[in-house]
Amino acid sequence: MLTLFLVSVVVFVATEVLPGNAAFAILGRNASPVRVRALENQLHLNRGLFDQYWTWISGLFEGRLGNSLVNSQSVWSLVEPRLVNSAILVLVTGVIGSFLGVALGAFAALRKDGWFDRISSVVLLAATSLPEFVVAIGLIILLATVVFHVLPGVSLLAPGTYAWSEPQLLILPVATLVIVIVPYTMRMMRAAMIEALESDYVEMAQLKGVPEWRIVLVHALPNAIAPTIQVIGLGFLYLAGGIVIVENVFNFPGIGQGLVEAVNGRDIPTIQFIVVVLAAFYVVMNILTDVIALLATPRRRIAR
Amino acid sequence: MSEVEGRVAQPSPTARREARLEVTGLEVRVGRSGPDVVRDVSFAVQAGQVLGLVGESGSGKTTVALALLGHTRRGLSITAGQVLLDGTDLLALNPRDLRAARGARVSYVPQDPSSALNPTLRVGTQVREALQVHADVVGNAGDAGDAGDRVAEVMREVYLDPTPELLHRYPHQLSGGQQQRIALAMAFACRPSLIVLDEPTTGLDVSTQRHVLETVRGLCRSYGVAAVYVSHDLAVVSGLVSDVAVMYAGRVVEIGSTARLFGEPVHPYTRGLLGAVPSPERAERLTGIDGQQPRPGRRGDGCSFAARCEYAIDACHTEAPELLTVASRSVRCLRARDIPATRPERLPVTGLFVPAETSVLSVRGVAARYGSTPVLSGIDLEVPPHTCVAVVGESGSGKTTLARCVAGLHSNWTGEITFQGTSLTHGARQRDKSVLRRVQYIFQNPYTSLNPRKTVSQIIDQQLQQLTGLSRRERPVRTADVLQDVSLAPDVLSCYPDQLSGGERQRVAIARALAVEPELLICDEVTSSLDVSVQAVIVELLRRIQSERHLALVFITHNLALVRSIAQSAVVLREGVVAESGPVEQILEHPADPYTRRLVEDVPRLTVIGGLR
Amino acid sequence: MPSARPLSRPRHRARRRERASALLTAARTPRGAIGLTMAAVVVLAAVIGPLVAPQPATALVTLAFGKPSGQFWLGGDYLGRDVLSRVLDGGWVLLVMAVCATAIGIAGGALAGVSAAYLRGVSDGIIMRSADVILSFPQVVFALLLLSLLGPKLWLITLTVGVSHAPQVARVLRAATLDVSERDFVRAAELQGMRPGKVMVKEILPNLVSPLMVETGLRLTYSITIFAGLAFLGFGQAPPAATWGTMIYENRIGLSQNPWAVIVPAALIALLTIGINTYTDAFARVAIGADRRPEEAALIGNLGQELGG
Repeated sequence: MLTLFLVSVVVFVATEVLPGNAAFAILGRNASPVRVRALENQLHLNRGLFDQYWTWISGLFEGRLGNSLVNSQSVWSLVEPRLVNSAILVLVTGVIGSFLGVALGAFAALRKDGWFDRISSVVLLAATSLPEFVVAIGLIILLATVVFHVLPGVSLLAPGTYAWSEPQLLILPVATLVIVIVPYTMRMMRAAMIEALESDYVEMAQLKGVPEWRIVLVHALPNAIAPTIQVIGLGFLYLAGGIVIVENVFNFPGIGQGLVEAVNGRDIPTIQFIVVVLAAFYVVMNILTDVIALLATPRRRIAR
Repeated sequence: MSEVEGRVAQPSPTARREARLEVTGLEVRVGRSGPDVVRDVSFAVQAGQVLGLVGESGSGKTTVALALLGHTRRGLSITAGQVLLDGTDLLALNPRDLRAARGARVSYVPQDPSSALNPTLRVGTQVREALQVHADVVGNAGDAGDAGDRVAEVMREVYLDPTPELLHRYPHQLSGGQQQRIALAMAFACRPSLIVLDEPTTGLDVSTQRHVLETVRGLCRSYGVAAVYVSHDLAVVSGLVSDVAVMYAGRVVEIGSTARLFGEPVHPYTRGLLGAVPSPERAERLTGIDGQQPRPGRRGDGCSFAARCEYAIDACHTEAPELLTVASRSVRCLRARDIPATRPERLPVTGLFVPAETSVLSVRGVAARYGSTPVLSGIDLEVPPHTCVAVVGESGSGKTTLARCVAGLHSNWTGEITFQGTSLTHGARQRDKSVLRRVQYIFQNPYTSLNPRKTVSQIIDQQLQQLTGLSRRERPVRTADVLQDVSLAPDVLSCYPDQLSGGERQRVAIARALAVEPELLICDEVTSSLDVSVQAVIVELLRRIQSERHLALVFITHNLALVRSIAQSAVVLREGVVAESGPVEQILEHPADPYTRRLVEDVPRLTVIGGLR
Repeated sequence: MPSARPLSRPRHRARRRERASALLTAARTPRGAIGLTMAAVVVLAAVIGPLVAPQPATALVTLAFGKPSGQFWLGGDYLGRDVLSRVLDGGWVLLVMAVCATAIGIAGGALAGVSAAYLRGVSDGIIMRSADVILSFPQVVFALLLLSLLGPKLWLITLTVGVSHAPQVARVLRAATLDVSERDFVRAAELQGMRPGKVMVKEILPNLVSPLMVETGLRLTYSITIFAGLAFLGFGQAPPAATWGTMIYENRIGLSQNPWAVIVPAALIALLTIGINTYTDAFARVAIGADRRPEEAALIGNLGQELGG
């Protein structure tokens, strides 16, 4: 909670205070004094710092986000459809990616040093190193332009429309993000599962004559659950940054693309809002994974 | 024990027709064809009997123990041999049958139950599982009510009260002794023919250890189970087992009845081990064995022990010895017939406790806390000049905290600690360099007390640089002197700690302390992470240095037996208070306090009943 | 009297492999060799590229999206500039920025992480809380936030990315330091009356070299990824200059006419990051003896084990 508060302060200070005067940042150095003053009024820049912060943060909670500086529409009306689109993207990718990552990671751990593990470790190493946009471009080349031409390479959705109106547009962005997060989560899952499988209690279970399937399901898996939850959480956190690049590659109308547009247009209220949303997602996700992981670990849950 | 005498050990496996377990030619290698970890291991155990598998770390005893269940650690494989249990070779079974045999016909008790019990499963579930996976053997234990009865029954056999509360606990909610009893319950649950116990009492206090040992002995007798008991502790083994196999560098070097082996050892290694075992009854100088056990792949062509052996001749380095039958036991030594089958003599320790007027260190009314938890209260302790005072206690008694308060590593204490007449400040940071120099502290674990990124010469040099005014030219001279004093060759100077054995590291730590010519040396469990043969060397080294340099020494230990060989007076701590203090003889022979009395009684003793001559 | 006999050193004990030679050993493993070669090829191209480029990087010399030909091996870009020359010219700035940002991140993170863990108490709280705040922003978002206000200046992008690395480095090093500073040799140094600063530099830091190296490799990869990504979003060097990220962005509309204008810079970036990462992995296997990264080890809570002597 404290972190969230500090985050909002940082965003606020960065956007309102750092450049000396946001009005100049928006209007340029040689803006007329009258226009500067008008804009200062609109942004409440002429008031005290605490006052400004209070106006902004209380507005954030009450849904008064102010108006975009680019086209004077309310920030909420501009960002809301984008938020929904990004949420769909993150959710679909997160679910597919976590499932694949966890399943493949556990499988690699069970067959440690087997052919699947060997091959996947090399592929994973390469895949974790690739920047998102290189993966995206690779997919576009492969599936949407040069080699095959089966999928739309760039979304033609206008900002303000929802992604479910043309679900095929989701395929490439989702595929890209899945390719990016699966190796990441899979490596961690493999490490966590190997840790459990090579433990003394698993050896003890083997020496008790417990069947293989039971060792995996009853002995190893419950001990790998806490790290698994962390892994899934980390996958989602990764997506918060990943969408910024990937949405822009595919021209997907989500908040990542909105952020870049806002930055280009110096649309401060919109930047503030999107950044706070992303940071809040990050913090809440972190807390959530910590709590669930704690509940899944008797040793930490129950004191002696 | 007397029944052992009539049936003098004939370790050649064929001689024992009625043996329940027969191991022949067992060999375990790294990979499939790498160096051997264990080789040519053969022994037999009869129903109701316990065989002790004795050795120090690196001897391969745990590898043998696991191989008895057809199991190896990662990267190892069983490459030869038979493990015949009631006539069937466990190593020849297919995976399915092997799984069925494990836990049912042969079971295992681990060294560290706190990591071998699954932290996410309730202990009741884990005991029940041992029965359920072998439902065909145990009968219809799959039936819930029946299984519950059996769980309660096996729990009672290991003296645990099978209340629902206990069964519903997670392992971390139990004490170490209770955890080990759970492990025992799982091992005995299916009434196996053979139980393998791998140092099951290592982490336990002496009293708990004694109870666990009695439980094991009772269960083996009443159910006619054959058992293999793996241990590094000769005293523990001597009171429990009928036969002993001593392992060194992956081989059995001597095997025979307990009475023969411990009463009249032949193999120089067995003799060395026995000389190293501290005795709570007599004040004797311990004789250890220098050097360290060679690792797999570096064991050479000849006898692996030759490098450390005082009887070694040239042939020992080139010719691998075979098992010979000498004096009613089998010995793997070329010189077996030349070595007298007697227990090695040890010199008595002289120097009794002399009450003195003055004290180097005096601790008065000290109480200490960790956070808000009190760990010590009302501690009084006097260390007279030229005297070694032992501080004895079980884990959790606060003995290490006391040492750390004196050294300045723990600052949350009240009371008064006076050193050479001046009162000591709480933390080391507030003490001046002369106090820091004169009070030296040697840590329990030499594997963490030396910086792994520094050479021995850098480690000692830094100490001299920080605490003495010696010049750049004088320091190496002092370093060389002090290394010689702790019997280390000068070529260790350029070594990093991980190139040294545990014993060598502890000598470096001692050298570091001695280099600044301290007046008070605090030794915190300095031998507890070392093998018994090395422990003896270090204790003897400290004893010699203390008497030569007239040092005041505080010797912290959990091992009451060690006290006799080094200290003149002792303080027994129990749960943060002094239970008893006084001269060592008095405490060990006529303990006044009931707690001390129980502690002294429970110390395992190297008992050899009915020496054969 | 056995204890009086000095012990002799077995001959097979070779001199200790130092850190530098762990780097060499890693380079001799198949993985390390492949990784190092991949990265070296790209670095070489970026460094000597500007010297050997056949055309000026900003000159309009051929057709827009012209097909590869004998004179223009990789064809032309969207304005008709020579793709090969732009590729050769467009790497070195990225490399310099990545190295600088990594240095900032590692130095800042190490300082913060080690002192937080060793000093504990209030400084730990303040340092780690600030780290949490920065960590709440995805790195790209953090960079965008600052760039939006201060303008896309290269030094600023570098600094921003460097600062956004620091908290992650700090976390890993804090965990590692917590483990190291629990060990008795640190207590021994304190008993010598050593000052805290000296303890950290002389006793603790030498034991953190391996995780630091692995972190450096990872941060280098991430820096390249982020810089290329930002350039792709239009926040890099100002337009006429060539950078790989910008080239991909500029030329992707012409993918069907001249794909090489996109494929080559993308492949170079991929080769570089995969190369560095592969070599880092090889180094981790040699130096730490595990195929895990510090962050993965921290996740399952056994970082300390892997650091063990």
